[in-house]
Amino acid sequence: MMDAYLFIDFGSTFTKLTLVDIEREEIIATEKAYTTVETDVTIGYDKALKKLKEKVAVEYNITNKLACSSAAGGLKIIAIGFVPELTSEAAKRAALGAGAKVIKTYSFKLNESELEEIKNSNADIILLSGGTDGGNSETIIHNAEMINKFNLKIPVVVAGNKSCDDEIKSIFGDNIEYHITENTMPNLNHINVDPARETIRNIFMEKIVHAKGMENVEDSISGILMPTPASVLKAAEVLSMGSRDEEGIGDLAVLDIGGATTDVHSIADGHPTNAGIFLRGLEEPHSKRTVEGDLGMRYSAISVFEAAGAKTIKKYLKYDDLDIEEEVNNRNTNTSFVAIDEKEIDFDEAMAKVCANISMKRHAGFLDTVYSPLGNIHTQEGKDLMKLPYLLGTGGVIVNSRNPKDILSAATFTMEDPTSLKPREPKILLDKEYILSAMGLLAMVNANMAVRMLKKYIVEI
Amino acid sequence: MEKKKIVLGVIGSDCHAVGNKILDYSLTDAGFKVVNIGVLSPQEDFINAALETSAEAIFVSSLYGHGEIDCKGLREKCDEAGLNNILLYVGGNIVVGKQEWKDVEKRFLDMGFDRVYPPGTSAEKGISDLREDLGKRG
Ligand code: B12
Repeated sequence: MMDAYLFIDFGSTFTKLTLVDIEREEIIATEKAYTTVETDVTIGYDKALKKLKEKVAVEYNITNKLACSSAAGGLKIIAIGFVPELTSEAAKRAALGAGAKVIKTYSFKLNESELEEIKNSNADIILLSGGTDGGNSETIIHNAEMINKFNLKIPVVVAGNKSCDDEIKSIFGDNIEYHITENTMPNLNHINVDPARETIRNIFMEKIVHAKGMENVEDSISGILMPTPASVLKAAEVLSMGSRDEEGIGDLAVLDIGGATTDVHSIADGHPTNAGIFLRGLEEPHSKRTVEGDLGMRYSAISVFEAAGAKTIKKYLKYDDLDIEEEVNNRNTNTSFVAIDEKEIDFDEAMAKVCANISMKRHAGFLDTVYSPLGNIHTQEGKDLMKLPYLLGTGGVIVNSRNPKDILSAATFTMEDPTSLKPREPKILLDKEYILSAMGLLAMVNANMAVRMLKKYIVEI
Repeated sequence: MEKKKIVLGVIGSDCHAVGNKILDYSLTDAGFKVVNIGVLSPQEDFINAALETSAEAIFVSSLYGHGEIDCKGLREKCDEAGLNNILLYVGGNIVVGKQEWKDVEKRFLDMGFDRVYPPGTSAEKGISDLREDLGKRG
């Protein structure tokens, strides 16, 4: 009997299963069923499992079951910093890298109404930053005191000026659950997101998943390791950088278009590709995730329309007799809408292209020109992805499309945005079997195998 | 004792980088913690850096002749941001061409700078003044 691993992704819509033969390093089968978080996630999970069992003819023995989850709204974080462009931004990036949804970012000394707002939010974790190491201390101390005063019953990750750690410990005492980790910005403009990311993941694993009506499923699986976006980012990281024994494929970006949001992950330094360009702004993390809450195929259909306008959607449409506003409203009100006929598919793909285009524009850096008596000086803010070798597509819309390449190509550079540093001619890759999140989980237990399987199952198109 | 933090940068659209490197080296060597925001730095970047790091002083360089326009309003913005009484020094080639130094100096002092340096000032001069000014504050 063969040994197998089972990976489970409790998504907002579907619970997806991936069964892997660990000796031959092959996918035996994948299966999905609707996520049933309102009642009990085990129902949907069992249903998918039953379908999976019917599908597989051979005998197997599951030796490891690992899961990631974005069900019940995913992991929701509030990020707090001091200066908006500096520690607040660093905290936000750390939270995004941890696979969280950042509900709101706060800056400076918080007031009572802001604390009221935080208290009434449905945040799972607060990430408290502020001050470089040895730098400003008043703000983070004030904010810790306010959190204590309002008795917030949410775990607080303290990742600010290290010189304040001891004082914050004594402020929180037994009243506030806190976890102290390294500063998200130890020196000015240098960011350090990994320790906060890891701390957040641990809290998610130990605490958050229990609170989500998922406790029943805990008995039948080995653990919910992380939020789904963190798992996708992990898979992208090992595919790019490799593992101890396996070579990675190099710099890449992942485009993941969902029903409510569009995620872009880039694994690249993004240093200027042309000489004589001055870098500006906060340092970029090598693994960077951005989330566009207004770009998605269903829940965010109306905001896609608002962000892009009818003209841009039209540009991508084959059929010019579609009523754009009506199509958009349909998808927004009926979020389980499935495109079947040619026109519906055409419209879905046009929307996906808009999401691809705008999300990559926001993720990639841009050039700015400073005019001086000697001529023009160019500055770069964000990552230069112009020479990026690979762009990888995942998510239902892309995976199930007949033209995934066209959708992904909409994320590349065009003269419409001449100052954007979007990828110019990346090779287009596809997560054909929809296994990125499963491979991120596998990477946590066997990174070498994850790299080999990713290289086998991610195809160039 | 903790090192005193100094924000250092070249203001405006100015890309003269050599003096900035020398000042960074000399200040670090003299025992300060230098927060160097580099060339092409707008006023906001000086202020944000000083806020986040709790700096004692800001060293502004301007070489390309537009120093006066670039520096205008910096003190007011510092006050607004809560950087009360932070030391503001400026040096380099802060105005165009050869002008009467006394007049230039006065204009920059009136803008709220604590120290104003003519072209060719050594880093050491700035450092000894800084020690003196910080000493007065205790
Ligand atoms: C090299 C140079 C360039 C290079 C810069 C390369 C680079 N990225 O660094 C290039 C060719 C790009 C360049 C361009 C320009 N330059 Co030029 N450049 C010079 C030059 C020859 C040397 C500058 C230098 O590196 N000096 C060496 C360093 C160590 O000295 P420093 O910068 O003055 O800094 C020291 C002190 O001033 C002091 N200091 C500086 N700041 C501060 C601050 C404080 C608080 C303190 C205490 C001390 C202090 O300490 C530093 C260390 O010792 C000078 C002429 C000169 N000999 O100074 C012209 C000069 C500065 N440039 C000048 C000009 C006009 C320009 C241009 C506008 C056009 C042009 N004519 O070339 C452009 C501007 C581009 C831009 N947007 O910034 C003029 C400025 C005139 C003015 N202010 O009235 C100068 C003076 C030449 C001249 N006589 O005309 N330049």
